[in-house]
Amino acid sequence: MTPACKPEEIVISAIADLLGAAGHIAVGVLSPIPGSAALLARAKTGARVSILGSTEPEFRSNEGVDVFDAAGQGRIDAFFLSGGQIDGAANINLTGIGDYPQMDVRWSGAFGSAYLYFQVPKVILFRDEHSRRTLVEKVDFISSPGVSEDGVYRPGGPYALVTPLCVMMFDRAAARFTLKSIHPGHSLDEISDQTGFKFDIPETVIETETPDGATLNLIRGTVAQAIANPYPAFARDMFGV
Amino acid sequence: MHQTQFFASPDALAAAIPDGIKVAIFKDSGAPMEAARALVRRGARGLHLVTVPTAGMIADLLIGAGCVDVIETAGVSLGEFGPAREFADAVKSGRVKVKDSTCPAIYSGLQAGEKGIPFMPMRGLIGSDILASRDDYETIENPFSKGDKIVALPAIRPDVALIHVALADRFGNLWIGRQFEQRIMAGAAHRTFATAEKIIDGNIMEDEKLSAACISSLYVTGIAPAPDGAMPLDMPGHYPMDLDRVEDYAVASGGGENYQVWLRDHVFAKPLAAE
Repeated sequence: MTPACKPEEIVISAIADLLGAAGHIAVGVLSPIPGSAALLARAKTGARVSILGSTEPEFRSNEGVDVFDAAGQGRIDAFFLSGGQIDGAANINLTGIGDYPQMDVRWSGAFGSAYLYFQVPKVILFRDEHSRRTLVEKVDFISSPGVSEDGVYRPGGPYALVTPLCVMMFDRAAARFTLKSIHPGHSLDEISDQTGFKFDIPETVIETETPDGATLNLIRGTVAQAIANPYPAFARDMFGV
Repeated sequence: MHQTQFFASPDALAAAIPDGIKVAIFKDSGAPMEAARALVRRGARGLHLVTVPTAGMIADLLIGAGCVDVIETAGVSLGEFGPAREFADAVKSGRVKVKDSTCPAIYSGLQAGEKGIPFMPMRGLIGSDILASRDDYETIENPFSKGDKIVALPAIRPDVALIHVALADRFGNLWIGRQFEQRIMAGAAHRTFATAEKIIDGNIMEDEKLSAACISSLYVTGIAPAPDGAMPLDMPGHYPMDLDRVEDYAVASGGGENYQVWLRDHVFAKPLAAE
């Protein structure tokens, strides 16, 4: 008997589905759930996965100029970003809240986002808190913009947003999110209530697929083992490895 | 050409780094923590830090101890140990001026510096508030493709690159292993100071394997021995991060008396390696 599917396992599986046929998936720092999803996609499709911070030769990537040069040449197909705030136009804020520079709340800073968001074709936004605090109408500071005007070279950009409640797809031409699926146990009312930006709701909203037994075995087996480097605490708490 | 100078200790090395200059430091893994503690002990002031391209505890410590006036960075965070609170507090209060950037922009600026050219063009950034906040970044037109906008980043020439390496030799050569961005730092900086886990008598450049991952003594102004010099952070291939000590720091940081106690016990009392 397989133990009940955890909410995080549904999210991991949903992100892996979004990755589709991406050939090279890169994972940034502090990203255990996207990292698990990338490893699940790899187990299913044979994708190459680079995990920043991993010391495993198979997943190790040079964390310096190489990753940015590779992205600049189109050698990275998918990447993950997040934000202290994400708005309805997929602008992300990793810098802080309030008036810059002496902000009321100061976060870390943009890291590589102000470049990689432009360069990587499929950027999946993952945020582990779905609330009006995190998903806002307009970010206080644009660490990296969701869309760009004509004349700006931009082969990449936002593809989807995944939260503990739902999956939303991003339309770059309209600069808007559309709800795609709601995770089991959650409702459209709850999502509308907890989302600070306007988004489109299609006629039919499906439930996010619960991973099947084979997928769960992959998540709890090869994925759990591999994500333990570089995320030992996450692997222990989530998968007991 | 000058010869590399050898210092007896990180404290002697820190005494050769003057106040008020632009200092580049490498991101957390293998960061020159003992050299940073020595800078704190000597009461360094007015430094302009350039983090390559991000930083954690080392930048937070130098800021918390009052050594820094300006920080140019793609991000400062204690990673799994949470926000860099001394950094955040100093930026919020205006005590430290922050020049926000993004990782490849810092690398690109340094690469322009090492090539001796005035700027480097880079994709991305356009439409961000980072670009809006940087009056030294310019959006230009690609001279080879009309209408194609691209950002020009000025060369970064730090006065000093401060690094920690696994191995140095008595000729002043440094072995940097996989962390070859340190070579970009040394190339861009006017002077490079290094602490080393070990200083050997031979010449690293005689070894085909080692010499592939070296900074030549041409770039190296000074070296001091510092076994466990990255502690409590990790030194790749040598030791892992001391999680408890980093967590102690994270808990003590954020202003106030606890932080002063932490500085007294962990910086001023004695070099960490001697404990």
